[in-house]
Amino acid sequence: MKTCGSARRSVGLSTLLAVLLATGHASADDGLSGGDTAWILTSTALVLFMTLPGLALFYAGLVRSRNVLSVLMHCFSVACLASIAWLVVVYSLAFGDGGGVHAVIGGLGKSFLAGVGPDTMAGSIPETVFFMFQMTFAIITPALIVGAFPERIRFSGVLLFSLLWLILVYAPACHWVWGGGWLADMGVMDFAGGIVVHTTAGVSALVLVMVLGPRRGFPNELRPPHNPGLTVVGACMLWVGWFGFNAGSALSAGGGAGMAMVVTHVSAATASLVWAAIEWYRFGKPSVVGIVTGMVAGLAAITPASGFVGPFGAIVIGVLAGALCQWFTTWIKQGLNIDDSLDVFAVHGVGGVLGTMLVAVLALPGLGGLGLAEGVSVGDQLVTQLIAVVAVTALSAVMTFIIARIVAATTGLRVSTEDEIDGLDITGHGERGYDLS
Amino acid sequence: MKLIIAVIQPHRLDPVREALAGIGVQGMTASEVQGYGRQGGHREIYRGAEYTVHFVPKTKIEVVVRDDDEDRVIEAIQASARTGRIGDGKLFVLDVSRTVRIRTGEEGEIAL
Repeated sequence: MKTCGSARRSVGLSTLLAVLLATGHASADDGLSGGDTAWILTSTALVLFMTLPGLALFYAGLVRSRNVLSVLMHCFSVACLASIAWLVVVYSLAFGDGGGVHAVIGGLGKSFLAGVGPDTMAGSIPETVFFMFQMTFAIITPALIVGAFPERIRFSGVLLFSLLWLILVYAPACHWVWGGGWLADMGVMDFAGGIVVHTTAGVSALVLVMVLGPRRGFPNELRPPHNPGLTVVGACMLWVGWFGFNAGSALSAGGGAGMAMVVTHVSAATASLVWAAIEWYRFGKPSVVGIVTGMVAGLAAITPASGFVGPFGAIVIGVLAGALCQWFTTWIKQGLNIDDSLDVFAVHGVGGVLGTMLVAVLALPGLGGLGLAEGVSVGDQLVTQLIAVVAVTALSAVMTFIIARIVAATTGLRVSTEDEIDGLDITGHGERGYDLS
Repeated sequence: MKLIIAVIQPHRLDPVREALAGIGVQGMTASEVQGYGRQGGHREIYRGAEYTVHFVPKTKIEVVVRDDDEDRVIEAIQASARTGRIGDGKLFVLDVSRTVRIRTGEEGEIAL
């Protein structure tokens, strides 16, 4: 559960929050903090800004010019769809009371925010604010998967896949880790979404493209990114928005948020430099697409650890993320021959898992961290983290495979070869990104 | 009259324009084009993956000159466009049968 301050306090607070969310009867007199509320309102805007337009631009610059609008359209429409799905059912499944099956999934009691008014509290902030903040995470997670399948997927397939994925993968994973489910009970540490966001998106991206197939011309006859400048602009927005993502996940405006922001920034900067340095060594030139990809890797990797580690831990995570994620981008595409087109698994999946495992060690006070829960050893925590990663990976892989089959059999998953050659902008949306007349 | 078509490196456009202005050539047309010759495109690396870019950005200039000026113009273009590296481009000369100034209707070398 996203909590503030030390890991020692985190378990207690998460339980408290789960109880408050489950009952939802606390009134505004019960400890509303104006400061906390203001910061989470701000963070909500920052995290939405990560998807719209940050991630959308980041991805748009990396595809061919004939598909630029389709990628922007994917991110935008997934954001709209996820918002409505969140209100109707996904929030309730993730954070509602699941009764007898609460360890596995929440109930439908909070569909359409039933029983939640302006005075309903979640910890020290109104539940409406908690609902909106968490919604922006449910928006960006399926939007991350957009990077796996551009330039060849059918638009109706994007919509159906994203909707089913939110219900069958995101809702249970979020509930297990943050909504009082079985992984939360085990004491899993995932401050801001290394498991819930990055592992689910990364693994699902990989499985989906194995069903969908590669782009025409993969791997040797592809065109390079059409506008790396757009990608840099989007990456910069992601970096800024990530302050809301990680420091906002403290769910309070205090020292925990401050330290989360410090380590988030340090990891991003470190991973950027490391990625660029390795490229410089391998290829003779450090590229701007590379340095911003390193930034995303560093941010994804620090996400689960951001409330638990100190600056030293952030540097370690940044160095390893910059090196390991870069290695995986090459290995997935050239070694395994899988066209995860914009490297969602290599950057988000690998980065998220890396941070999720490292936090068990780097949270130690001796390494500058804020400590593990009382009576928990590094070994215990590593086992818990590993169980969480394996369980969520299995959930994501199996469900994504089933959903992809359903989509392929109904709306269809892939466009025709002709449409792929002409580009999704004109064939899917009747528009062109650039009028060159 | 001769039509001189030169396909050059984009960053040599300004030196070529200055060189032609320096020998009294009063007009030219320039276009951004893509092409390849013996150079055969080039390679770019993004996130560790190599991409072959077959068509390289070039600038095409077109200038029509008097027959007497042909050699001087060719020399000026070659001198100003040349870097000495592969990819400097090529230059072609064609005969022009007629030239008309649209505003006045004048024809021939006087219309240049």
